[in-house]
Amino acid sequence: MSLSRQDVAKVGMLARLALTEADLDRMTGELSKIVEFVSQLSTLDTADVEPLAHPLDTRNVFRDDEPGTSLSTEQALASAPRHDGSCFLVPAVLGESGSA
Amino acid sequence: MQPTELSAIELVAAIRRGDLTARACTEAFLDRIASLDGSINAFLAADRGAAVAQAEKIDARRSAGDPLGPLAGLPVAVKDALCTVDMPTTCGSRMLAGYQPPYDAHTVARLRAADAVIIGKTNMDEFAMGGSNENSAYGPVRNPWDLERAPGGSSGGSAACVAADLAPVAIGSDTGGSIRQPAGLCGVTGFKPTYGRISRRGLVAFASSLDQIGPLARSAADCALVMESIAGHDPGDSTSLAAEVPAYTKLLDEPLTGLRIGRVAAHYGAGLDPEVAAGVEAAFAAFEAAGATIHEVELPHAEYGIPTYYLIAPCEASSNLARYDGVHYGHRAEPERGHRAEPERGHRAEPERGHRAEPGEPAAAYVGEFDSPLVEMYCRSRAEGFGPEVKRRIMLGTYALSAGYYDAFYAKALRVRRLIQQDFLKAFETVDLIAGPVSPTPAFKLGEKTGDPLAMYLVDMYTVGTNLAGIGGISFPCGFTAGGLPIGFQLQGPALAEPLLLRAAHQYQQQTDWHLRRPALAT
Repeated sequence: MSLSRQDVAKVGMLARLALTEADLDRMTGELSKIVEFVSQLSTLDTADVEPLAHPLDTRNVFRDDEPGTSLSTEQALASAPRHDGSCFLVPAVLGESGSA
Repeated sequence: MQPTELSAIELVAAIRRGDLTARACTEAFLDRIASLDGSINAFLAADRGAAVAQAEKIDARRSAGDPLGPLAGLPVAVKDALCTVDMPTTCGSRMLAGYQPPYDAHTVARLRAADAVIIGKTNMDEFAMGGSNENSAYGPVRNPWDLERAPGGSSGGSAACVAADLAPVAIGSDTGGSIRQPAGLCGVTGFKPTYGRISRRGLVAFASSLDQIGPLARSAADCALVMESIAGHDPGDSTSLAAEVPAYTKLLDEPLTGLRIGRVAAHYGAGLDPEVAAGVEAAFAAFEAAGATIHEVELPHAEYGIPTYYLIAPCEASSNLARYDGVHYGHRAEPERGHRAEPERGHRAEPERGHRAEPGEPAAAYVGEFDSPLVEMYCRSRAEGFGPEVKRRIMLGTYALSAGYYDAFYAKALRVRRLIQQDFLKAFETVDLIAGPVSPTPAFKLGEKTGDPLAMYLVDMYTVGTNLAGIGGISFPCGFTAGGLPIGFQLQGPALAEPLLLRAAHQYQQQTDWHLRRPALAT
């Protein structure tokens, strides 16, 4: 099982990771090798096996519906690269010309 | 005897009796860090002033006759994956360079409540992804037994600082072996409790169904002491276990007569270093001499542990690490192309932290088009903030979760995880514990495996099953190679068998002195 450069570029965009040409070259080879390695699981018959997503069989865990304390706005924004005192600031959400 | 040569139990007792002040104890370790850590690089942050001030407060409270916590005055080093309000938490990544969390991890809060003194944050593989500490953005940790060798990972700083007597106890985290493997390679005792036994709140998330915090110390008894303070239910972590926390230190003394230990023949296949195999066999003999009986058991799906782990962990990581978006905290790529800078409105200066590119340096030439300035900022921030192994795992996880591959990879791995868990459950019907090597080889040279990600993944072949099954494991030294490197022995036990794991390791350490050996370090 191997990945193409196009596959890797697409995954990079899904993962929101900008990739250079050199990254693409390297990762195409490395990921292909790793995917081939993990593909050995396909040799096991697991038709009747329930997936195990989590080692504990706890389901919903509820606490009492009582107000507690949470971070202040100031604390929540303290490490933000950009903020205006009440909101996180981000670049334009819509296309190239959408800068506001 | 110097305070740095005493066990955690001895230090706590000496401080309680008044034979040693918390201040003198803390300063002894800080002085040793100052003189030795330049060559080991186990610490990413240490706040001498705050640690000494905390120790002085404990001494003052003792003088005043105030009640003291069970760890009063004990210096503890904490892996940099756990949040601390008074020290940066980088997780070994440029992404979080200088990041100052707004709260303490539950474990850190518990340590402080027990009157421990947090002396520093330990180096680690970036986001706990790695088995050699070479993935740290702040340089590798060096193994105190041989400075040319890796300490293991990802809790390499925590293992190395205990091995070098820079701290009597360190906290680590173990997702696929990240406490036990470096403990094995550094000749210390590392304990990975049952999943959920210690709250994960404030532990930077890597793979949430596998991550587990635990202690590293010179001995199992010292691990037991720390466990009493950090284990237990936390309403802030819905996956933390509500089961009562036993008095682990009171349960260490019962002899091992009648203990049934499982031995897995498949552990001794190709790839196991002969000196490691010999050390492990000698440990089995020691357990037999102590009254245990050895039984062959099978874990038929153990060979699928690594491929299962390297699907599930990257899938969970790709989701967990989506939070690093350059918006809320962490590194942000600046300036965004085609987007004017937002006005600064009287807030703190734009951090330089985390930038991989120097100001004025041309931006990397990235492939492809971005949908919007926002998406470009996300993609560039993550490209600049994450190192190669973290990117590899995010890519692998994203691929395995993507449309068309989810069933073949992620869902398949979850089914095999069930088989692996069932193997352990079945084995524990006939034995109390399962034992074997921690790692296939002793500590390897720095740089030896960095060129081959897959070779590095295989260092966890004996440890990942514990995490996949959600059970507990402990590793401790059982000998040394002819070249003077520690050999590690691992015990795995059923869920919530912490008292038995700690007792078995403690009883072994009562008969042997491997865990007391120290590396020769030039001060």
